Amino acid sequence: MKDVRIAGVGLTKFGSYPERTGRDLFAEAALAAREDAGVSRDDYEEIYYGNFMGELAESQGHQGPVMAEAAGLSCPATRYEQACASAGVAFRQAVRTIRSGAADVVLAGGMERMNNLGTAKVTQSLAIAADELFEVRAGVTFPGAYALMARAYFDEFGGDTEDLAHIAVKNHANAMSNEYAQFHREIAVEDVMESAVVADPLRLYDACPITDGASAIVLVSDDYAEKHGLDAPVSVAGTGQGGDKAALQDREYLARTPAATKAAEEAYADAGISPDDIDVAEVHDCFTIAEVLALESLGLYDHGEGIGAAARGETTRDGDLPVNLSGGLKAKGHPVGATGTAQLVEMTKLLRGDHTNSDAVSDAEIGITHNAGGTVSSAVVHVLEVMN
Amino acid sequence: MTDTGYDEWMAAIGDGEGYYLACPDGHGSLPPRHTCPHCGTAELTETALPETGEIVTFTEVNVPAPTFADEAPYVTAVVSFGPVKLTGVVRDVPNDDVELGATVTADVDVNATTDEKLLVFRPADA
Repeated sequence: MKDVRIAGVGLTKFGSYPERTGRDLFAEAALAAREDAGVSRDDYEEIYYGNFMGELAESQGHQGPVMAEAAGLSCPATRYEQACASAGVAFRQAVRTIRSGAADVVLAGGMERMNNLGTAKVTQSLAIAADELFEVRAGVTFPGAYALMARAYFDEFGGDTEDLAHIAVKNHANAMSNEYAQFHREIAVEDVMESAVVADPLRLYDACPITDGASAIVLVSDDYAEKHGLDAPVSVAGTGQGGDKAALQDREYLARTPAATKAAEEAYADAGISPDDIDVAEVHDCFTIAEVLALESLGLYDHGEGIGAAARGETTRDGDLPVNLSGGLKAKGHPVGATGTAQLVEMTKLLRGDHTNSDAVSDAEIGITHNAGGTVSSAVVHVLEVMN
Repeated sequence: MTDTGYDEWMAAIGDGEGYYLACPDGHGSLPPRHTCPHCGTAELTETALPETGEIVTFTEVNVPAPTFADEAPYVTAVVSFGPVKLTGVVRDVPNDDVELGATVTADVDVNATTDEKLLVFRPADA
């Protein structure tokens, strides 16, 4: 099996760009990643691209070829759709392709255009990640689904909305110096608690924003990196994916996300690590409660213990285990189909030392990313390691 | 739009003759199914849905999708009927009075925005 290394990463600034086309956004991220990697154009063998709602946002299906053109490449391009985990899944397939020996150079990435639709149509569009017959028709929105999980969590384990507010405050603080983040605004617990209720018990500041953006990563085999003298100090040590029933009503647990546990256990075993080895994490905080569920499912906290982690200062920038130093989906933004590889871009830079918040984890050697689709009916976990 | 399996199931709920699909291992699921989502067996038997269920989680949605614009703010709940859980909108209770553990029955009403059928829950003692 060939080892996989990250040769280059690229992002657009995340934000509200309703006038920008998807191909324009992806081109910017892909070209940034290509420049960072310094890999010859002719050596790219595959593009794996994540996108969730392109048919709804810009009436564009069959996006693979469109995005290959945008990236300036002529290799085959395949789109992956797995709701908010689309790009995480695309990245995982790139890892597996290189490990198998089928390719030495793969571009993985994702893009989402959302703001051109307006809030009501975005709400409708995001809901299609839920079960259409049994959830969407019963009024379940994306925030509503996580609100159902939040109330179930409070009922089973305790904790309250103020605990959740600390997560939003932490992630906003982390985003302050991240030039790619959508929000550069510090907030206080009171701001969260006084914001409008979207789906009780979740408020506006518990939720990630509606974001346009793209991300891209150049993955290469260890052999290729050595042969071409690439500066690629971060390796992909582990990958894992888990699934669950599509609808919350069909699950054993309403306040746990076993798909993420399965993905994490597979990724940790693949990398030969345990949760204690993890120095830094980027997790899928589409809502504040989602960060709690992630920390617990990833084995970083026992069930019922993750809710207070931010309030206790354990997952803040200066804590023992900084979580979402990028700002997370909450403050960096969540262009749905781009998020999985955006998390991996941020983690790569945190470990390489060229992230604005790298100084908070200057000795970090192992970082993980957790990318979830729907109400974590899909989950993808990756382990990145600094090469010694 | 016609959704064979689902439409008949919704009609049965509306007629007070709701059912679920039971497998020999006691797992419950809802149609249309060819196999049990929990164990994969194809032995599924239509079994009467218990008359009442218990609210296990709920949310009051203030920001609706366009298909629920005229319903908002509305309460969506997940209700356990034992072997199966159902998701629907709570009717006949003020939103602020909806509670975990409340006993409800399942029924079918109309979505005020779309005029489509809507799974709803009503207080069991009403």
